[in-house]
Amino acid sequence: MIPLISIKNASMGYEGKTVLSDLSLDIYEKDYVCIVGENGSGKTTLMKCLLGLIQPLSGKIEYGSGLKQNEIGYLPQKTVLQKDFPASVSEVVLSGCLNNRHTLFYSREQKNIAAKNMELTGIYPLRKKCFRELSGGQQQRALLSRALCATSKLLILDEPVTGLDPKATSDMYSLIKDLNRKGITIIMVSHDVTASVNNASKILHLSRSNYFYGSAHQYLHSDIGKKFMITSCPCDDCQHNRSSVKGAAK
Amino acid sequence: MIEMLTEMFSYNFIIRAFAVGILVSLCAALLGVTLVLKRYSMIGDGLSHVGFGALAVAASLNIAPLEVAVPVIIVAAFLLLRLSENSKINGDAAIAIIASTSLAIGVVCVSVSGVNTDLNSYLFGSILATTNADAIMCIILAAVVIVVFVLFYNNIFAVTFDETFSRATGLKTGVYNTVIALLTALTVVIGMRIMGTLLISALIIFPALSSMRICKKFKSVIICSGVLSICCFFVGMCASYSLDTPTGASVVLVNAGVFVIFWIIESVKTRIAKS
Repeated sequence: MIPLISIKNASMGYEGKTVLSDLSLDIYEKDYVCIVGENGSGKTTLMKCLLGLIQPLSGKIEYGSGLKQNEIGYLPQKTVLQKDFPASVSEVVLSGCLNNRHTLFYSREQKNIAAKNMELTGIYPLRKKCFRELSGGQQQRALLSRALCATSKLLILDEPVTGLDPKATSDMYSLIKDLNRKGITIIMVSHDVTASVNNASKILHLSRSNYFYGSAHQYLHSDIGKKFMITSCPCDDCQHNRSSVKGAAK
Repeated sequence: MIEMLTEMFSYNFIIRAFAVGILVSLCAALLGVTLVLKRYSMIGDGLSHVGFGALAVAASLNIAPLEVAVPVIIVAAFLLLRLSENSKINGDAAIAIIASTSLAIGVVCVSVSGVNTDLNSYLFGSILATTNADAIMCIILAAVVIVVFVLFYNNIFAVTFDETFSRATGLKTGVYNTVIALLTALTVVIGMRIMGTLLISALIIFPALSSMRICKKFKSVIICSGVLSICCFFVGMCASYSLDTPTGASVVLVNAGVFVIFWIIESVKTRIAKS
C-alpha cells in the first residue's frame, strides 16, 4: 500500500533553528493520527510543513495516492480577527472551495459541495447566520465544513476543541470520528492525550530529543506514553501493574 | 436647495473636486474594509503622513508634486506592510515613528524654503488643489480598484478572513496584500489633496466601521461602505459649500455622525434581541 504522506529523514524549523530532526514516518489512507507532546516540541512546525506553509530544512515529505498539497483540509486555531468578522456562515464555508478552481463567482457545483459539507457537520440550518454570532462549537463546525470543502481525503486539525465546553468537545470528537469512518484521513494536533488515545488509531508523540510513532495501544505501553498519561491503560497487563503499585504504596 | 446645487455645479473646479472626491471615497471605502478587518488601519494613516512629507519636499524643490509623492508612497506602502506583518518588530510603534518623522520632514521643508503654498492646504486639504491630472489618475485608479474587487472578490474575502488557511489552499496571499497596499497608497496620494494629510485616513476607516455595525455579511459590508462613503462625501461637500466650512473636515464630520447613528442602531438592536 502506498502511504498518503511519507516523511523521510526530515528536519524542520525556522530560520536555521531546528525544532524537529530526523523524523521519518508514513501515514496511510484512513489513518487517524494524533500528534501530542509538550509545548515547543514542534507539533505546529510539523503541521505547517505538511501544509506547505514552510519547507523542511532537510529531508523530504512525499504525497501519495494523488494527494496534492493544496488539497489538504485545514482547521486552524481561531484567530483574534475572526471574533468580530462580519461574514455569513455560507460565505465562510464557500471560501474553502477556492483551491479547486478559480472562477468569477462560485459555481453551482461548488455551492452544492458547500451545502453537502454543512449538512455533514450539522451547521446547514445556520448557514445564513452571522459567523461572529455563533457559539464556539458552532464556529468550529463551520470552519470544519470549510476545511471539508478543500479536501475529500485528508484533514489536518489544530487543537479543534480548544475553548469548547464538555458537550461541544465530545460532539466535536464524535464528528471527527464519523468523518474518519467515512474514509477521510485525520491528522490532529492535540493537548488532550486521553481523548487522543481513545479516538485515534495512531499516536505521534513529539518531544525535544526523540519521538514515538505507533498505534494507540503501543503508545500506552511505551515508556514515553506511560509518563504522559494520567490515567492508566485498562488492559489486563496494566491493571496488574497498577495494583502492584498500589500494593507497594501501602 | 436646488438653486444652491445648480450654483455649485456651475463652477468647473467644484465639478472636478466632486468627481475626484467621489471616486477617492469609493476606493478608500472598498480598500478600507479589508484594511480594517486585517487590523491594518494604521497603514492608511502612516501613508498619508509619508505623502505629506513627499509633497512638501517636492514643493520646496519645485518639482511636480505627484511625480515625487507617488513613488515615495509606494515604497512606503511596501515598507509599512512588511512592518505590520513582521511580529518581531513592534509594528504599530514602527508605523508611528515613520509617520511622525515624515510629517516633521515636511513641516521643516515647508518653513525653510518659505514656499508660499499654504501649509494648511496640505494638512487639512483644499478643493482648489485638484488638477485635471488628478482627475484622470483618479478615474484610472477607481477603475482598477473596482475591477480588482469584482474579479477577485472571493479571494479577497478568503485572504481577509483567514490568511493561513488561504495560504494552505494555495492562494498567493502575499500578492493580494501587496496589491491592496499599493492601491491604498495611490488612493491616499490622490485623496490627501482634497481631504488633507490628517483627515484622509478617516475616509478609509469610517465607512468600513460604520457598515460593520449593521451588516452581517461580508458582501453587504463592502457594498454598504461604498455607498455610505459616496453619500457622506456628497453631503459633506455640499455642507462645506453652503456653510463655508473646510471640505475635508466637513466630510469627516458627516462620516463620524453616520458612525454614531449606526452604532446607536446596533446597540438598540442587540438590546432588543437580548430582552
